[in-house]
Amino acid sequence: MSTQIEDPRIIEFDVRTDEMLINMGPQHPSTHGVLRLLLRTDGEIVNEVTPHIGYLHRCAEKIGENLSAPQWVPYTDRMDYLAAMNMNLGWALAVEKLLKMEVPEKAMTVRVIIGELGRIASHLVGMGAYGLDLGSFSPFLYAFREREIILDLFEEVCGARLTYSYFTIGGATHDLPDKIQIPPGLASLTGRKPDTVMSWMDTVIVFLDWLEERIKEYHILLTRNSIFIKRTAALGVLSREMAIDSGCTGPVLRGSGVDHDLRRDGESIYTRMYEGYEFDIPVAPFADAPSEVVLGDNWCRFYVRMLEVVQAIRLVRQGIEKYPTAEGTHRVPHKLTAKLPVDECYLETEAPRGQMGFYVVGTGNAEPLRVRAKSSCFCNLSITGPLSVGCMIADIPAIVGSLDIVMGEIDR
Amino acid sequence: MNTKEIHGLLLNQFDDKRILELNTEATDPWIEVSADSILEVARFVKTDERLQFDHLNDLCGVDYLELDPKKAKKFDHDPHLEVVYHLYSYSLKHYLVLKVKLPRWKNDEEGKLPEVDSVSSIWAIADWHERETYDLMGIHFSNHPNLRRILCPEDWVGHGLRKDYSFPDEYHGIRGC
Repeated sequence: MSTQIEDPRIIEFDVRTDEMLINMGPQHPSTHGVLRLLLRTDGEIVNEVTPHIGYLHRCAEKIGENLSAPQWVPYTDRMDYLAAMNMNLGWALAVEKLLKMEVPEKAMTVRVIIGELGRIASHLVGMGAYGLDLGSFSPFLYAFREREIILDLFEEVCGARLTYSYFTIGGATHDLPDKIQIPPGLASLTGRKPDTVMSWMDTVIVFLDWLEERIKEYHILLTRNSIFIKRTAALGVLSREMAIDSGCTGPVLRGSGVDHDLRRDGESIYTRMYEGYEFDIPVAPFADAPSEVVLGDNWCRFYVRMLEVVQAIRLVRQGIEKYPTAEGTHRVPHKLTAKLPVDECYLETEAPRGQMGFYVVGTGNAEPLRVRAKSSCFCNLSITGPLSVGCMIADIPAIVGSLDIVMGEIDR
Repeated sequence: MNTKEIHGLLLNQFDDKRILELNTEATDPWIEVSADSILEVARFVKTDERLQFDHLNDLCGVDYLELDPKKAKKFDHDPHLEVVYHLYSYSLKHYLVLKVKLPRWKNDEEGKLPEVDSVSSIWAIADWHERETYDLMGIHFSNHPNLRRILCPEDWVGHGLRKDYSFPDEYHGIRGC
């Protein structure tokens, strides 16, 4: 026994630090819901991260097998609850593709306006919560102030503030409202009287004019903030090859330099909505990025979202211009119990967090044999493990936050 | 390249014992591949220069079984399971749907899960999709690096998306419905 201890190599081997297992979540605030990460750490350095999901599993796919297609719309709301409009749209389009149904121009215009407003609201939460993850509290408050106005506008449109069920098979449940009382938040921010009555369209324009000015402030607060850059640049670097191999989509994919957006590259049933609209697709690398930034890091993913907000504003403005002359109605009638054909189809749409796919198998009954919701966050989350190896514990929220996940969509 | 041309290309590369049915009438045309050759076919469609399917959009299972006697009259499928692969190529911008048909139980012994090769060595994301399909549909993916349940707890009994699944009466002292 004593001979072994005298061997200097063994003594050196014995004084290494112990690895420690740390549970992060499922109630940790910066895991964006009920994500549990099991960290294997050596001091401050993370050696392995294993995500555990399923805490919010509500059997949405199984429920969908017992409901008709329009009845399942409210369940799609509860998947990505921060962008419920875009979830409704994905499901409605998938069923329309199966039914070979064409929606009128007016319905498509409404879908662009509302869908892109939904994207702005979703990216605002993504931005605010990311600041919060990194320890900066004020952007969160500003982001929620802005989002509140969008929610007020949505409330005027469909009566709900979070789970809208607004887009349904064949179009939207209501047409856009005419005159509304200006949202109280917007009235006080723009110096208008709280009882001002304006048309809904004009209110949106007033809001967008005001929001465009605020985006510059967000860039000062976060994007160009040197502390923020130090926390995000060259961290969580996701290579282009790995992003494709791991099925990443949306801002995560574009942040790694893949120029792909379904609004331009998707299937015709979806791209038809965006025909005649002018918009750019922000893709990393960016010429105006700080020198510390590497292609595919946290900062790039964050910046893609910020630039997408600007493009979404452009799209909403163009939609509002088109709306008065758009032909047709806001909806093609579709019965609640209408039968689905003996056929199957899969459709992906560009939701704020990535490509949301819906797969429907019909057997001639109103209820589909199988519905499947392929979640974009599910695929984006799967790279947390490889991205986090070798970083510090405090960088884990920065990496998970930059993926902008919503657990409702992952667990379904 | 459309699905019919891809089918021709695959038949050239493999034989008609591996590449089975071609359905062009469906909204998304699909090609059926035999269960024991999916790994080879997957490797070929990813690496071949004319195909380059580098992105796995989705992988899921479907249970073809109709228990409702009213609906069963119109239902003209034999009971079976399907694994559906939705592929896309970023460089060539085309789509492909591959299907593998499996028996509901291996050798028709109830409780024995049917097996198919894992494609997680081809597309990394298949790892999680296959774990979910195993968890909810009860399909065993051979050579999968880490085939555990992903959404349900590890000691859960049964596979929820099977049509004949019955909800448990109790789980760790919590009463079911």
